[in-house]
Amino acid sequence: MRPMAQMAMVMNLDKCIGCHTCTVTCKQVWTNRPGTEYVYFNNVETKPGLGYPKRYEDQEQWHGGWTLDAKGRLQLKAGGRLKKLLSIFYNPDLPSIDDYGDPWTYNYGDVLNAPLGTHNPSAHSISALTGLDMDMSWGANWEDDLAGAPERAHQDPNLAGLQEQVRMEFEQAFMFYLPRICEHCLNPSCVASCPSGAMYKREEDGIVLVDQDRCRGWRFCVSGCPYKKVYFNHRTGKAEKCTMCYPRIEAGQPTICSETCVGRLRYLGLMLYDADKVLEAAATPDEQDLYEAQMSVFLDPDDPEVAREAERSGIPHDWISAARRSPVYQLVARHRVALPLHPEYRTLPMVWYIPPLSPVSDIVHAEGYDDAHPEQVFATIDSLRIPLEYLANLFTAGRVDTVRDVLRKLAAVRAVQRAGQLGLTTKDALPASVGATTTELDDLYRLLAIAKYDDRYVIPKAHAEDAGRLMAQHEQLFCSLDTEGGPGMGGGGPVGVEQFHAGVRPGGSHTFHDSDGREHFNLLGWDGSGSAPKLFPEAGTS
Amino acid sequence: MSATWAYFWWVILPYIAMAVFIIGHIWRWRYDQYGWTSYSTELQEHKRLKWGAPLFHYGTFAAIGGHVIGILIPKQWVEAIGINEHAYHLFSAVAGLIAAALVIIGVTILAARRLFVPRVRATTSPVDWVALILLGIMVGLGIATTAINAPLGFDYRETISVWFRGLFAGDANIALAQQSPVIFQVHAIAAWLLFLIWPFTRLVHAWSYPLWYLWRPYVVYRAKKAGPPAESGTGGRKWRKIGVRY
Ligand code: HEM
Ligand code: SF4
Ligand code: SF4
Ligand code: SF4
Repeated sequence: MRPMAQMAMVMNLDKCIGCHTCTVTCKQVWTNRPGTEYVYFNNVETKPGLGYPKRYEDQEQWHGGWTLDAKGRLQLKAGGRLKKLLSIFYNPDLPSIDDYGDPWTYNYGDVLNAPLGTHNPSAHSISALTGLDMDMSWGANWEDDLAGAPERAHQDPNLAGLQEQVRMEFEQAFMFYLPRICEHCLNPSCVASCPSGAMYKREEDGIVLVDQDRCRGWRFCVSGCPYKKVYFNHRTGKAEKCTMCYPRIEAGQPTICSETCVGRLRYLGLMLYDADKVLEAAATPDEQDLYEAQMSVFLDPDDPEVAREAERSGIPHDWISAARRSPVYQLVARHRVALPLHPEYRTLPMVWYIPPLSPVSDIVHAEGYDDAHPEQVFATIDSLRIPLEYLANLFTAGRVDTVRDVLRKLAAVRAVQRAGQLGLTTKDALPASVGATTTELDDLYRLLAIAKYDDRYVIPKAHAEDAGRLMAQHEQLFCSLDTEGGPGMGGGGPVGVEQFHAGVRPGGSHTFHDSDGREHFNLLGWDGSGSAPKLFPEAGTS
Repeated sequence: MSATWAYFWWVILPYIAMAVFIIGHIWRWRYDQYGWTSYSTELQEHKRLKWGAPLFHYGTFAAIGGHVIGILIPKQWVEAIGINEHAYHLFSAVAGLIAAALVIIGVTILAARRLFVPRVRATTSPVDWVALILLGIMVGLGIATTAINAPLGFDYRETISVWFRGLFAGDANIALAQQSPVIFQVHAIAAWLLFLIWPFTRLVHAWSYPLWYLWRPYVVYRAKKAGPPAESGTGGRKWRKIGVRY
């Protein structure tokens, strides 16, 4: 046994309202720069739909992730090492910018500067890549709320193999939102595809990163990731990806996308896993067994033997106790209501999803039933073949039973709570019929419905004694985020881990020099207390 | 050409170019690894790149190989293994023309897309233009040299090559260099200019061919540790197989 710790996420899809706040805040923090206009480390897709980039889930087309060779050994789907080195001048599997969507902006300047008397000056869309006029025809969020679904949604790769043609008429449509970030996989094919070795998985918390100084722009990671969550910055010529907001995670704070999630549906916590079992699990012959295989890799932090081994492999004590309280462990392993996205890619992804019951219960309500009658809900779950098979194609490589069990459990949680609140009784056998105890259903209700901040995020800080070393990694010769075009772009300089708390800056509030030559007070990050020097121009200057 | 100028073109320029080439690379490696990349434009345009990039690169490697054989390896050594003047000339003319054809097709495709595809054009920085234009000139001259020399049969191995190797021995024979046809001379000078700017352009990507990918473990782990880890292949071993401890 070789325990390792992984920072992991669970998203409760029932609660996602598709507001894209996560996308926007992530964009503002990480990819609001030239070269990354088209990049969304977090994006929210409407399902069914093609996704972003187009049809990324079809690995017969894009060759992302792993596959098994004739002898059952794990192999990159895009081909071996030699093939990569020979095709390095042209990567045959790279999506084009049109698959992501040519990023556009508007010629606002023309509108603002239109001479007096111009009738209704209007803004044209222009390409952010070239500055030329363009007609937009695709983008990360083109299919929001099933827009265009009647023409396009049947090309969704997850609908392949469903026998009945899915009806996209308004009354019969089912839909839900799927927020996606990098999965920070246990067996990351992006890392394996990078010929330079610039990508790596952090030993301490499993976060997968790109070393910007070592990346040489060979762009195989972009095509190697089956989730297409590595992006090519066309200005810097380097690959970039979701960082799991590691500077915040190290400080014990949730990621930006989680912190700002309006539905409060994201959970962050540690998973302990046995690194020795990873490759074996990823090479499981039947794809439909991959979910169970990945479950077998996880370690129970309450097991004293696991705790002993974990400590021996250098996992700090407070991390092990954080793993015990981890909401991710609860949802994934104890309650078994969270499922991995596309386990068949064999990367062992670590952002898991609680499948949505809503498409089902909407129909239940439409039929005049209510949640208090689980038998009717169960019957409806079973009769809704298409949503079930669709969800199974997303989360269990097509195994319907697993998804059905999860949905039944979620329905049972609702039934018990509703009965409790209305003073009704439920059948005693109900919890057992979904494989749970009454206490477990109650815990699940607390975790899913009450969902307190401290229950959603259990994030142990990076160790203070490591802080100096951490800073060395972040800063190197200078802060690597501060380079031209980098996200830091010459901010207040490196901040130590122990000082990193929003709004609290050591040494008082913070000012900067703007292009007008004047010193300004930086309102960003001001906690409202203390003085605010230079907030207003001094008398006599203008 | 006056003696001073000859001295400049055939001794001073080469030494300056070599010095800048070496020191420039050390400087760039130490201060600008963030800019050390191939600046791929495949995201923006791939239909033409599919043909242009492989043709250009494989053609270039063939051409570079030819230069190594023709310039670095002394004629006597080649003859010692039984390849006489005639056989060598035949081989170099045929292989050279094939390489030239590959490069010329590749370069035409690449140049066309860089000039006429707006998305690619927009990514091109001024230093890119300098490098690409100089490279274009050099390739053009090189192809002209090959084409002109194929029937002519001028033996550069007894002139240019001897002068070139002399540079490294500290006694360059200017007279030998000046004996060659003008097109050879201009091609050589363009080459020195290219070496002069090489470290400051995207051409540095050529040194990062990731050969060690062939034997490193697939998944790379890194622990938080002081300082940037050495690039594998240049320094300490930073890779570790899954399942193997330290
Ligand atoms: C030794 C290994 C080399 C590798 C692995 C390599 C790889 C690459 C790659 C991946 C690209 C980007 C293609 C794209 O747009 O996606 C590129 C572009 C380029 N390479 Fe290389 N290269 C090598 C050597 C060279 C050499 C020796 C030269 C020139 C003497 C060269 C000149 C160029 C040029 C000019 C471009 C830009 C082409 C354009 O206009 O798009 N490369 N190379
Ligand atoms: S999801 Fe993230 S960790 Fe997994 S292969 Fe893609 S980029 Fe790598
Ligand atoms: S974890 Fe951070 S970088 Fe990743 S998607 Fe969320 S906000 Fe963006
Ligand atoms: S912020 Fe939360 S609720 Fe809104 S789209 Fe993102 S994940 Fe869904």
